Amino acid sequence: MKKPLRVDERSLRADVNPVRLLTFKIDDRDVSARADETILTVARQNGIKIPTLCHMEGLSEHGACRLCIVEVKGMSRLMPSCVTLPRQDMEVLTKSDRVLDYRRKILELIFSERNHVCSVCVTNGHCDLQALAVEMGMTHVRYDYIYPTHPIDATHPRFSVDHNRCVLCLRCVRVCDEIEGAHTWDVMNRGISSKVITDLNQPWGSSETCTGCGKCVQVCPTGALSEKGKSVAEMVKRRQFLPYLQMMRHRE
Amino acid sequence: MSKVLRIATTWLDGCSGCHMSFLDLDERLADMAPHIEMVYGPLVDAKVFPEGVDVTLVEGAVATDEDKKKIRMIRDRSYILVSFGDCAVTANVPGMRNQFKVKDVMKRGYLENSSQNPELPSIGVPHLLDRARPVHEFVSVDVFLPGCPPPTEAILYTISELLAGRVPDLKGKARFGA
Amino acid sequence: MTLTIEDLQNIAKIERDRQEGTTYQINVCVAAGCLSCQSGLVKEAFDTEISRRGLENWCLVKGVGCLGLCAAGPLIQVQPQGTYYQGVTVNDVSEILDSLGGSPVARLECSQHQAFFQCQQKIVLENCGKIDPERIEDYIAEDGYLGLFTALRQMTPGEVIEQVTKSGLRGRGGAGFPTGLKWTAVSKAVNNTKFIVCNADEGDPGAFMDRSVLESDPHRVIEGMAIAGYAVGASHGFIYVRAEYPLAVKRVHTAIAQAERLGVLGNNIFNTRFEFNIEVRLGAGAFVCGEETALIASIEGRHGRPRPRPPFPAEFGLWGFPTLINNVETFANIAPIIRRGGEWFAGIGTEKSKGTKVFALAGRVNNTGLIEVPMGTRLRDIVFEIGGGIPGDKRFKAVQTGGPSGGCIPEEHLDMPVDYESLAAVGSIMGSGGMIIMDETSCMVDVAQFFMEFCMSESCGKCVPCRVGTTQIYHLLHKISGGQGKPSDIETLGELCDLLKNTSLCGLGQTAPNPVISTLKYFKDEYKAHIRDKNCPAGACRMQAPEEAL
Repeated sequence: MKKPLRVDERSLRADVNPVRLLTFKIDDRDVSARADETILTVARQNGIKIPTLCHMEGLSEHGACRLCIVEVKGMSRLMPSCVTLPRQDMEVLTKSDRVLDYRRKILELIFSERNHVCSVCVTNGHCDLQALAVEMGMTHVRYDYIYPTHPIDATHPRFSVDHNRCVLCLRCVRVCDEIEGAHTWDVMNRGISSKVITDLNQPWGSSETCTGCGKCVQVCPTGALSEKGKSVAEMVKRRQFLPYLQMMRHRE
Repeated sequence: MSKVLRIATTWLDGCSGCHMSFLDLDERLADMAPHIEMVYGPLVDAKVFPEGVDVTLVEGAVATDEDKKKIRMIRDRSYILVSFGDCAVTANVPGMRNQFKVKDVMKRGYLENSSQNPELPSIGVPHLLDRARPVHEFVSVDVFLPGCPPPTEAILYTISELLAGRVPDLKGKARFGA
Repeated sequence: MTLTIEDLQNIAKIERDRQEGTTYQINVCVAAGCLSCQSGLVKEAFDTEISRRGLENWCLVKGVGCLGLCAAGPLIQVQPQGTYYQGVTVNDVSEILDSLGGSPVARLECSQHQAFFQCQQKIVLENCGKIDPERIEDYIAEDGYLGLFTALRQMTPGEVIEQVTKSGLRGRGGAGFPTGLKWTAVSKAVNNTKFIVCNADEGDPGAFMDRSVLESDPHRVIEGMAIAGYAVGASHGFIYVRAEYPLAVKRVHTAIAQAERLGVLGNNIFNTRFEFNIEVRLGAGAFVCGEETALIASIEGRHGRPRPRPPFPAEFGLWGFPTLINNVETFANIAPIIRRGGEWFAGIGTEKSKGTKVFALAGRVNNTGLIEVPMGTRLRDIVFEIGGGIPGDKRFKAVQTGGPSGGCIPEEHLDMPVDYESLAAVGSIMGSGGMIIMDETSCMVDVAQFFMEFCMSESCGKCVPCRVGTTQIYHLLHKISGGQGKPSDIETLGELCDLLKNTSLCGLGQTAPNPVISTLKYFKDEYKAHIRDKNCPAGACRMQAPEEAL
């Protein structure tokens, strides 16, 4: 077989430059990126705000909440910026009317899914979801609320989980698996019946794998996971550990 | 600002907290007085909801058959309808019973938790709907003013904009649960 | 000791002699459809009766795969005359045997279905109803594994891919991605380990093409996979088949074991350095596992949930290795393409859709069953010629193609050719080949609701638009079909459908709104009748008491 023609390999010097660099456009601004950086990362480096919910710095990307969608010129579907890599000369729009409209509808769908009653929630005022509604100018939900019946599991001595407030971002599942290494959390069922569970759907308090580290509580964007005995003013999520741990691990 | 705005306020299934926030306008209410006329509401004496109201602020969720009738009548008689506060916008706390059957809610409220003469009310009280729902699921709503209660500033902004003949844009000015 | 071409020819000759040694041959369909109406007993009765009469050397009874006309099962075919008998029971066995050599049993003959058998052109199904799916010898007698031999001994991998590209074959799983292009991509991936996956997780309601192929001609799929393995440089394959197809699973296992025994799977196939093995993986009943990234997760033993693409499986598939995923029918087309050349295949069909397509006809049509027609056949011919029209003098209303991801095509488009582009142009998709025919008694709101309920319960729940969107759409349709819809609901439905299509993570969510979009487009009046007049024109929906209406 003939050896396929390639670019002169010496000029690429993959040993010297393991990652390629490229330039593209976000909202008509020229930006540069490493080929392995996502559009979201590059946007944030350049001070361009893109709302996110399931994304969390320090955890693997999930690509599921679809709030970070952006328009890419030449593509009809919208792309989640948290998992989409830029290409040379790509033109990305983060604030087109179409994007803003879809984002708002998706946020409304999230609100309609479970029973989010901000006024009685322990994270009222510190909630990512609530903040997103303000940020995206969502003043009401146009879809009928689904009002599912969901239990609260308060069997753990220090924490509790209220599924009424869960948005299934799976930050808890990822932080428990990827950072703590316990994999206590996972998801059961599918579709609208999906639910995060501890162990094999056992009460959290009886979980044998849970180390009680509380990382899941801190990364939870809403009041679904909270610390017991804290007042609304106190129930602020403390997430500083994540970038710190990430940095220390990279150093190793 | 020659025209005097005819304003009505009312509540359905709510706690009147939004009205309290409205009263917190305090002296600003007095400033506004020449330009508005309060034609109906708990703060004035009218017994019948009048025709031809310019702006109606509705507090509370639609939770009973009577609420349902009332909100339709109010919609017919109001030019601009404002969903006033979280209960009207999201069903909020009244909606927390929606996970359960009405029968079970009544039993819990009037029988199990009653220390004296446990009895289900039957006369003179409206029937609960299966679910308490936001106002806009029943009638069209022109302005949404969320908050539990909506901040006084947001109320002031809403009324000022309406007085100026503009539709208020409350994006970022009020939030759920505030 | 590996198999040589002489061995292969020898096996074929012995098998042909065995079959041609008898004057008559009775083929009894033993695919799932006919088996469910006791064709197994019919075959046994033939066996018993023939040995009782001592006719073993005069008449051969063979269990074969799907004969196609599932509506009229149990089906048998008498060769060499090719007479089809329908609805055969144990009691008819003697009479049929008596008739051999004389005139056929008129009351059992399915002569009225002639159009059904004659209007078809079979490539994928050419062996279905002809060979015994549990005998590799029978497959070899029909030029089986000759394609693999040709590929391994006479072609380079590049030439194999060239033929597949030239054939114009496109993925038969639904999306119609050019097969040659996919193979090229995987072959270009730089890795010593690559995988071939056969997607047999057929889950569309009303679809049974893949099942029938696996039940009737499993070796065809194995051969296609092995050729693919050679072409892209993979030595291991998986068949991911749903556990709800026990007969298909059993026959695939049997076929793999036979192929290994003969040496057409294993090491040094046909005395070359090529080795290829196949494992079967059972799906646990999740529709979304037909989506390739969810399927990969499922094979790996994880939750069957899709992940965002790119990277595509061609680059990053099973356990991170480059993986080629094709549908059962796609693989079943490979051996004939290699045997007869890509140009032969490209000569069939339309300009952009080559070859034939297998469809599963279901619903309100006389001849329900499995058919194969050239691409570009008119939809009207499929429904009225092959399908035999609508039973009971009812009026045709729509045909639903592509399952829950497809759309409903109304009468005005019946004259269009069936190919990928034309179907997409009218808002449906080719899909895997399910074709559900509906008459005037079907309510289109109800149909949309049915498919949306399916998508809602089959959504994996990972991304928001699909998880919550399908639920909201279902609730709206439920309200409308119950006579409680608001005029504004139609607009909300349209908006939600658009949202799902453009923002969902995987194909399931992106195509889930298609049944709603297409019925809204062609049958808006029916929606309006439900909302405005609280009336279901087809009489299928039950309206609820008006006082509860919002």
